[in-house]
Amino acid sequence: MTLKRPTQSAAQVSPQTIWMLAVRDQRDKAAFAALFDYFAPRLKGFVMRSGARSAMAEDIVQDVMLTVWRKAAQFDPARAQVSAWIYQIARNRQIDVIRKESRPMPELLEVEPDAECDASVIVEVEQEAAVLKQALAQLKPGQRDIVERAYLGEFSHQEISAQTGLPLGTIKSRIRLGLERLRHELKELR
Amino acid sequence: MSQIKHHITDPMLVAYAAGSLEHPFALVVAAHVSLCEECRVQLGAHEAVGGALLDGQAVHAVSVSMKDALLAQLDVVPAAEPDQTCERSGAYPGPVMKALKGKPPRWKSVGGGVRQTLLHVDDDGSVRLLYIPAGKAVPDHGHNGIELTLVLQGAFSDEAGRYGVGDLEVADDTLEHTPIAEQGAPCICLAATDAPLRFNRLIPRLLQPLLRI
Ligand SMILES: [Zn+2]
Repeated sequence: MTLKRPTQSAAQVSPQTIWMLAVRDQRDKAAFAALFDYFAPRLKGFVMRSGARSAMAEDIVQDVMLTVWRKAAQFDPARAQVSAWIYQIARNRQIDVIRKESRPMPELLEVEPDAECDASVIVEVEQEAAVLKQALAQLKPGQRDIVERAYLGEFSHQEISAQTGLPLGTIKSRIRLGLERLRHELKELR
Repeated sequence: MSQIKHHITDPMLVAYAAGSLEHPFALVVAAHVSLCEECRVQLGAHEAVGGALLDGQAVHAVSVSMKDALLAQLDVVPAAEPDQTCERSGAYPGPVMKALKGKPPRWKSVGGGVRQTLLHVDDDGSVRLLYIPAGKAVPDHGHNGIELTLVLQGAFSDEAGRYGVGDLEVADDTLEHTPIAEQGAPCICLAATDAPLRFNRLIPRLLQPLLRI
């Protein structure tokens, strides 16, 4: 993948995304180690919050990070932030551990690995994610705890209230654009 | 681009993203998202929330030995995954094909021209494909819990409205409904329940244990 760099915003692409793209496109092990140092301790905290003991949590973290390495080709920065992509892998892994059946997954929309992607698109995805993080930070502690537990899989769907007051609208318009871009590319490939 | 009018509820998408949704329902959600861009976007937004929570998580130090063991595995070529995804085939989205193990459905008659293929049963519920000839009704039933019905081919109507390809009906135990397939192509649905269906007609009820409905 080539990052077009006419915009000054290219400099604002987060280190995590730059590492992830280096892993995806160059199979860069140093970048992977950096990604590990950032995400592994957070993943461990995340997994332990949903009840896993330390040793089991480390096993899950190891599996998740190995999947990040092996499935890097599926990462599309125009549609998802690195953290969102890893969250989804982590939830799958934890379900595999807890249940007999793995989670049924939607059809993949395959990413062209060397597709050109404008850095400004990535920056916008990250800006939306920053807004979301801010909104999460502004929740009252009790509220945040409930949101967190919902996204950690501690509630049934009947127990989840849809109203969190989080700004999903802007994130959605960004993801929608990413999908449109992908559909356009897929059409050109045919 | 899409004619889909009936979508997955938000709490159900959150539960799917978080992995707390029962397996039968999760299959229906995965199948609907395969067909519905709107819900793919909404799911992506929920995953972004999950990602933001992960990003803001308090850190727990991981052992150096684990990192070293992981880095040593990077050059290992993984054994072919048994868990291959399946491609869409005709009316059946990828996740349904996977549940069918890549083969066409093997229909069994449940009476009245209606046929079914059971995909999965466990303590959480069951999920099946239903084949309803044009103009025929699915046996009248109510349920103890929630039932999801996703149309894969044709269309049906019931007391709650009209459902075409990609539409998802969420019915709870307050709804006694009788879906009737529209004229034209036979209607094929993916239906999941979190509790055994209880049929209102005598014969289907007697057949229930045998058919594992
Ligand atoms: Zn939808």
